[in-house]
Amino acid sequence: MSAAWVTVLAVGAGTVVLKSVGPVGVANKELHPRAAELLSMVGPAILAALVVAETFAHGRSLVVDARLAGVAAGAAAIALRAPLWVVIVAGAAATAAVRLVS
Amino acid sequence: MRKGLRLAVPLLPAILALGASVGVLARASHFSATAAIVMSATTFAGSSQVAAISLLGAGGGVAAAVVAALLLNARYVPIGITVARSFRGRIWQRLAEAQLVVDESWALAGGGTARFDRRVMLGIGSGLWVAWVGGTAVGALLGGVVSDPSAFGLDGAFAALFLALLVAQLGDRRAVAAALTGAAIAAALTPLTPPGVPIIAATAAVVVGWRRA
Repeated sequence: MSAAWVTVLAVGAGTVVLKSVGPVGVANKELHPRAAELLSMVGPAILAALVVAETFAHGRSLVVDARLAGVAAGAAAIALRAPLWVVIVAGAAATAAVRLVS
Repeated sequence: MRKGLRLAVPLLPAILALGASVGVLARASHFSATAAIVMSATTFAGSSQVAAISLLGAGGGVAAAVVAALLLNARYVPIGITVARSFRGRIWQRLAEAQLVVDESWALAGGGTARFDRRVMLGIGSGLWVAWVGGTAVGALLGGVVSDPSAFGLDGAFAALFLALLVAQLGDRRAVAAALTGAAIAAALTPLTPPGVPIIAATAAVVVGWRRA
């Protein structure tokens, strides 16, 4: 089997397991209110980390590049209460435009 | 379900395009078109696929590619736990439905809040899955025609998308504190750890929100 197929199967199987831990292992059990409160903050924490990673991370370094223009344009669209597709298009257009001229 | 499919519509062009660029990238890294499509259908998590494909293509080896991808997807353990109580039925049904949990379907369906709606999540997830696998197929089959996917600014579009999903979750001051701390942890760890680890470590930010309570 090629390296590509080994990777595809291992990553696929591992991801299925990771995604199932909560819904299969924890389902139908009552959560302690404090635990539920803690879990409600997992979302903001992970999404904020993803914003940092998608904007600044390049492998193991932090860089400022055209992606920052995309996030800035997206932030402007969010501030104007634009629909989600406008945020996405603004992000792509600003990133592509800066990349074109730089 | 229908409400979820409607909510997925604004995301479809970006998901299709990112799926296509993953397909192109996979072909450039010596994946067959079938392998690229099977990966999108089973893994269904963009950043981990990009990480695995680019590491393998850069000669990083199978072990490094698999570990990096699974580290990136380890966030689905805490994400899955936040919505676990909404899942019903037999183990196989829960297992299948759990595969439709991705960052976007989870966040748009109110993941991490009391108003999470499993059916809405399933609708969004199904729509995104079709676009993701379809996009990958297009990219894998046409691979080589598109020379540079980054010219379309997709990476910046996804950063903006995650920002929008984040803002929708900033309901109170504890959420803001958790977000700022999570961002700081991610930035601090990026130079020190392999990709994926900073995002998992950011979940430690909930402790800050806890102490403010």
